[in-house]
Amino acid sequence: MSTPFYVSPQQAMADRAEYARKGIARGRSVVVLTYTDGIVFVAENTSRALHKVSEIYDRIAFAAVGRYNEFENLRIGGVRYADLRGYSYDRADVNARGLANVYAQTLGTIFSSTGEKPYEVELVVAEVGRTPGDDQIYRLTPDGSVVDEHGTVAVGGSSESIATYLEQRHQEGMTLPEALKLAVDGLARDPNGGAARTLTPDQLEVAVLDRGRWQQRKFKRLLGTQLGRLLEGDASAAIDNDETEPPPSGAPSAGKS
Amino acid sequence: METSLNSTGRLPAAFLTPGSSSFIEFLADHQPELLPGRRTLPVGMAPIEAPHGTTIVSATFDGGVVIAGDRRATMGNIIAQRDIEKVFPADEYSAVGIAGTAGLAVEMVRLFQLELEHYEKIEGTSLSLEGKANRLTTMIRGNLGMAMQGLAVVPLFAGYDLDQGKGRIFTYDVTGGRSEETGFAATGSGSLFAKGSMKKLYRHDLSAEQAAIVVVQALYDAADDDSATGGPDLTRRIFPIVSVITDEGFRRLADDEVGEVAKTVLGHRLEQPDGPQAPLL
Repeated sequence: MSTPFYVSPQQAMADRAEYARKGIARGRSVVVLTYTDGIVFVAENTSRALHKVSEIYDRIAFAAVGRYNEFENLRIGGVRYADLRGYSYDRADVNARGLANVYAQTLGTIFSSTGEKPYEVELVVAEVGRTPGDDQIYRLTPDGSVVDEHGTVAVGGSSESIATYLEQRHQEGMTLPEALKLAVDGLARDPNGGAARTLTPDQLEVAVLDRGRWQQRKFKRLLGTQLGRLLEGDASAAIDNDETEPPPSGAPSAGKS
Repeated sequence: METSLNSTGRLPAAFLTPGSSSFIEFLADHQPELLPGRRTLPVGMAPIEAPHGTTIVSATFDGGVVIAGDRRATMGNIIAQRDIEKVFPADEYSAVGIAGTAGLAVEMVRLFQLELEHYEKIEGTSLSLEGKANRLTTMIRGNLGMAMQGLAVVPLFAGYDLDQGKGRIFTYDVTGGRSEETGFAATGSGSLFAKGSMKKLYRHDLSAEQAAIVVVQALYDAADDDSATGGPDLTRRIFPIVSVITDEGFRRLADDEVGEVAKTVLGHRLEQPDGPQAPLL
């Protein structure tokens, strides 16, 4: 019987972090930016069915990069967590901070348990508030660290150079077309300093958490011609489907009954 | 109530296990005690006195469906509540109206709304109208034990079928028996009178506005002959809830809009107490 090699805890953790980081670096990036009426999510993704950006709950959305099966699993877990919590207590008791904590615990436990392979994912959990000051964005890394971000976040392959680019140019009070243009410019840059690529609407997956929607659920995907018009700077395109008047309260929890 | 997390704050294995897209099935596996149908009941108990919701009516029109409910909840011969809401959006393109034991019915609606939303989020697409109607069947079956003890819930489900491009109505009995209705339908204690009223007023070529008048007329007739159904309350400004569903989605008419319809109907009833008359032949 040979004795197993001794590996120091520092080395073991560094190896696992390196493994996860390499997995994530293979994929394209996702960026998340605040704008005056909400939060916009932009991913480079040619698939119409396999999403990198999704709705979790009324005011909360999720964006992820890395291994699809792993982040999809976490997304479904998050939807179950949010729906169960909202059903047991109230819809108002579901918030991004709670969800980010749960994800952090889940990722952290997997990362430090030697029996499991660390997840090769990086997540963003964002919640749109009633005012821009209440917006919350959390970035989660595979080891379970949570970072509270302000204004912009980029995760994935060349996230560092994109994040720097976005941070320098992002301002408070940007309109949706301005924020979207900045996000697309960030994604299209070549990290090695070459010429920027051109990204067309069908290469992009775009969604917003729009605090101006009268619906309880603030998440909305921007698709097709509407996205095309927004990319050309047409601000009126964003509010296309939201012109109807707010109806009186609909949920049974809201009424006296 | 300890909702969902284990002691480490990590998502429990059940949350990360691939499974169905149904929230109800997830609850049944993970926290069955939260499901309405899983409660154990004492045997041989006398029927419980609980507020009951009464009449729900619905009618299709060219391009959609309208669903409406009165506002009265009764407990025996007592009016338990004058402004109860019995018509709720189930999702963007459908609505459910409830007659029967109010407490259980409202809980069922909450779970049904969540079931449809959960499916939509997990799958990225919504259920077909038929699929939604069938999910409601399953939920009513789960309540059969309570229904046997007098705590029945009898919903009416109406929605716009995006595939077929028209409004459709489904009614249920306490066992979950589902039937699709053509044109118009009603459920609850005043439904006999409401149906008789609609039979005489309904046409196939109604507009949305005319359909709203038909359902308000039907609710008036139900309130006229059924003590458990409430009529429009002009002094308190409590009017029936009328919702319209078209290809643009669910819209509940504002109180002012329904108020106008109700006042017009009442105005005509001052002249003709029994309402509009149909030709003899």
